Amino acid sequence: MKKKIQILVVALMIIVTFAGCGKKDSPNTLTVLNYGKYLEPKVLEQFEEETGIKVEYEEYITPENMYTKFKAGAIDYDLICTSDYMIEKLIQEQEVAEMDFDKIPLSENLDPAYFDFSKSFDPENKYTLPYFFGTVGILYNRELVDESKANSWDILWDEEYAGKIIMADSVRDSFMVAQKRLGYSLNTTDETELREAQQLLIQQKPLVYSYLVDEAQDEMIAENAAMAVVYSGEAGLALEYNDKLAFSVPEEGSNMWIDCWLIPKRARHTENAEKFLNFLCRKDIAMQNFDYVYYATPNVKVKEALDPELQENSTIFPPPEILENCEVLKSLDDEATMKYNLYWKEIKSAD
Amino acid sequence: MIKKTTERMYLFIIFLFLYLPIVVLMILSFNNSKSKVQWGGFTLGWYRKLFDNAALMEAFGTTIVISLASALIATMLGTMAALGIDAMKKRSQTVMLGATNIPLLNADIVTGISMMLLFVRFTRLGMGTVLIAHITFNIPYVILNVLPKLKQSSHTAYEAALDLGATPLYAFRKIVWPQILPGILSGFLMAMTMSLDDFSVTYFTKGAGINTLSTMIYTEMRKGIRPEMYALSTLLFLIALALLLFMNFGPASQKEQQH
Amino acid sequence: MRNLKRQLLAGPYILWMAGFILLPVIMILYYAFTTTGGSFTLLNVSSIAFSVHIKALLLSLKLALMCTLICLILSYPLAMILNNMKSKSQGFIVFIFILPMWMNFMLRILAWRMLLSNNGVINSFLRTLGFPGLEILNTPAAVVFCMVYDFLPFMILPIYNSMARIQNDIIEAAKDLGAGNITIFLKIIVPLTMSGVVSGIIMVFVPALTSFAISDLLGGGKVLLIGNVIEQAFMQEYNWNLGSGLSFVLMIFVIASMALMNSWGDENNTGVW
Repeated sequence: MKKKIQILVVALMIIVTFAGCGKKDSPNTLTVLNYGKYLEPKVLEQFEEETGIKVEYEEYITPENMYTKFKAGAIDYDLICTSDYMIEKLIQEQEVAEMDFDKIPLSENLDPAYFDFSKSFDPENKYTLPYFFGTVGILYNRELVDESKANSWDILWDEEYAGKIIMADSVRDSFMVAQKRLGYSLNTTDETELREAQQLLIQQKPLVYSYLVDEAQDEMIAENAAMAVVYSGEAGLALEYNDKLAFSVPEEGSNMWIDCWLIPKRARHTENAEKFLNFLCRKDIAMQNFDYVYYATPNVKVKEALDPELQENSTIFPPPEILENCEVLKSLDDEATMKYNLYWKEIKSAD
Repeated sequence: MIKKTTERMYLFIIFLFLYLPIVVLMILSFNNSKSKVQWGGFTLGWYRKLFDNAALMEAFGTTIVISLASALIATMLGTMAALGIDAMKKRSQTVMLGATNIPLLNADIVTGISMMLLFVRFTRLGMGTVLIAHITFNIPYVILNVLPKLKQSSHTAYEAALDLGATPLYAFRKIVWPQILPGILSGFLMAMTMSLDDFSVTYFTKGAGINTLSTMIYTEMRKGIRPEMYALSTLLFLIALALLLFMNFGPASQKEQQH
Repeated sequence: MRNLKRQLLAGPYILWMAGFILLPVIMILYYAFTTTGGSFTLLNVSSIAFSVHIKALLLSLKLALMCTLICLILSYPLAMILNNMKSKSQGFIVFIFILPMWMNFMLRILAWRMLLSNNGVINSFLRTLGFPGLEILNTPAAVVFCMVYDFLPFMILPIYNSMARIQNDIIEAAKDLGAGNITIFLKIIVPLTMSGVVSGIIMVFVPALTSFAISDLLGGGKVLLIGNVIEQAFMQEYNWNLGSGLSFVLMIFVIASMALMNSWGDENNTGVW
C-alpha cells in the first residue's frame, strides 16, 4: 500500500508541475484568439520563422464562447479577432486597448471604406483593424426555388417551400430577417417592433426545416433543403461544391458583418501583437490567408491582384450598393438583450 | 433453432445501430472530396496528409497524454477510494456514493464553467488544469466499476488468509486483487473513453494553444471538418479495436480462458 | 483497527472531492442565489416557473423518460442473450459497447444527421425498396432516437453485469424444485437484476435530462430542452446567475428522482454500477 501512496504523491507532484507550466511567461510569445479555421496555419509558421516570436494560437466557436472564457480572465490574450457587436461590447466594458496604427504601417493596404463601416462600433477607429467582412443573405437551390422571388425575405414565409427552409440558429440573425422584412432596424429595442418580429418568426416556424448555424451549407450542398439563411462567406464556399446553388442579399436590406482584430488591455505582448497585425496586412501574407479563408478581404492590394472574375464575384465581395443597404449589428443593453433572448426562447419552444 | 436465429438477428440489429455511424465516418475518410456530403471517389490521400499536419498530430498527442494520464491517476485514486469505501459503515458509504455521483448530475457545460471559475482563482489555465478536471470526472467511473467487484469478492477467504498468518498486503495481493482486477481494468478503460470524448470540460479548462481532438473538431464545425480528421478518428478507432481483440484473443488472455 | 486503516485509503479521494467537486458546486450555488451585482436573490431559481422554462423542463422530462424506457426495453432481452452466450470474458462485452465512444461524439452525431437526412442513406435505401421515406430528422423523435443511441450502453452494461452475477446454482436449484422458465424469470432473474435495472435507469435518465447537444443537432434547433436553456443562459446570454439557478433546480430534480429510484430498488444496491 505504501508503494501506492508513493506513486500517488509522485503523480500529484507531476500534476502540480504541469499546472505550474502555465505560469511560465517567456517574453517572446504572442497569444492569439481567433475563430476556428480563420487563419492559414502556414501564415503562423512563417511569422514564427521570420520574427522568432512563438505564437500560442487558440480558436473559439462562437463570440459568446469566447466572451465567457475571456471574461473569466482565464488567459491573458494579446490579440483577439471577433465580430462587430462583440467588439462593441468589449469596448463598452473598457477591455480594449487603443491601437497604435503608426506601428502597423501596412494597415494602409486596407480600404478606408471598411474603417468607415467599423465606425458603427468603434466610432473613432481607435481600437480595431478590419480582417474579413460580408453580409447575410439567402443561399438557395436554383432548381427548387423560383429565382424571381429570391431577392426578398418574403420567400422565407412562402408556404410553397414548407419544410425546405433553413433559418439561422442565433438570436440576432433570425430577428434580423424578420425585422428587415418588416422594415425595422435590426438594432431596434422597441417593444412593439420586437413583438411583431417575434410573431412573424413564430408564424414561420412550421415552415422551417431546421435552425442551423454551421451545418446549413452542408445541408444545402446535399440538397436537403431549398434555401438557407447564411453568411456570404459560407455561401461562397457552398457554391464551389454545388453549382445549382446561388446567393442573394434581399433588397429589403440585411446585416453587414465585419470581423476585426483588437488588442485587449490585459495584453502582455502588445509589441508582438502589432508586429503580427502588420504581418497580416502584408500583401503576400494576406493573399495566402484569403485563399484559405475565402471571405471578403478589405485588403486592396489583395483584391487588385485577384482574377477579375473573382473580383466581380458578388457572393464573396458584396458590391457597394448592397452594402449601403445593410446595417451593422450593435451591442444591446442588458435589458434589451434579455428581451431578445426571452422572445427567442419563446419562438424556439413554440409549437 | 428459431429462438437462436431471432437472438442472432436481434444482436445484429443492435450492433448495426451502434456501429453504423462509425462505418459512415470510416467511409468519409476515404472520400476524395472535401465536402462530407458528396462522394468523390476513393482515396488514401487524407491518411497521407494526416502525418504532415503538425497541428493535428500535436492535438492527437495531447489527447492521448491527457486521456492516458487522467485515466491512470483516476484509476489509482478511484481504486483506493473503492477499497476505503468498502470498509466503511453503511451510512458513510451512502454519503460517499452520493457525492461520487455529483459530477454525473450536472450538464458538462456547467461542470466545465464552474471548474474554470475555480481554477482561475488559483492558477493559470494550462495542461495541468485540463488534467485535474478530467481526473475529477473520471474517478466516479472507476469507483462504480471497482466497488461491485469488491462487494462480490469473498471477505471470508481474505480473513482466512490473515488467520493463516498472511500479511494483509500479501492476502490482498493474492486474494482481493485478482478478484477486482477486471473491475479496475474496465474502470480504467471507461475513464479513458470518457476523457477522450469530452469537449465542454476540456474547452473551459484548457490554456492557450492547447488542443485536443475534441476541441479541434468543435472549432472546425463552422467551416466544415477537415477530412484528415475522419482519417485520424478512423485510425484511433481501429487501434482501439485491435487492442481490444488482442486482449481478448491474444496470447495474454489464454491463461484467463483456461479457468 | 485494520478496517480503519483501510478506510484511510479513501482519504486522497475525499480531499480531491472536496477540492474539485464540492467547491465548484458551491460556486454554482453562490451564482444561483445572487444577482449580477452580488446581492442575494431567489429570482434565478424561481425563474424556472417562467412558462418557456417549464415547457422546456416538461419536454426534457418527457423525452428523457421515453429514452429511458426504450433503452430498458431494448437492453433487457439483449442482456439475457449476451448472458446466455456465456462469453468467457465479461470484459470483452463491456468493451464492445463502449468502443463506439472512441470516435468523437460530435462526429457520430453528424454521421447520424447524414444517415437520417431527407436524401440520406437510410431514406434512399427505404425508397429503393418502395417504402415511404422516414422523415424524422429535426423532430423530437430524432432527438429520442439519438439519445437512445448514445446512452444505450449505460443501460445494457449494468443489467448485463447484474445478470452475470447470478450464480447458476440458484437457477439449478429452482429447476430441481420444479420451477418453470417463467417462474424462474419472474421469481429469480427479475428480482436479482433489479439493482442493475435501477443503475441503468439512473445512468440513462440523468444525462438524457441534461443533454443539449443532441437536441441542437438532430432536433434542428426546434426542440428546446432545459439543457438548451441552461446552455443558452451561460453561452449566449452571459447570464451565469440564471444558468446556475436553473442548473441548481435541475440538480435538485435529478437528486430527488435518484433517491426515488434507489428507494424503489434493491436495498443492497451499491450505487450506479
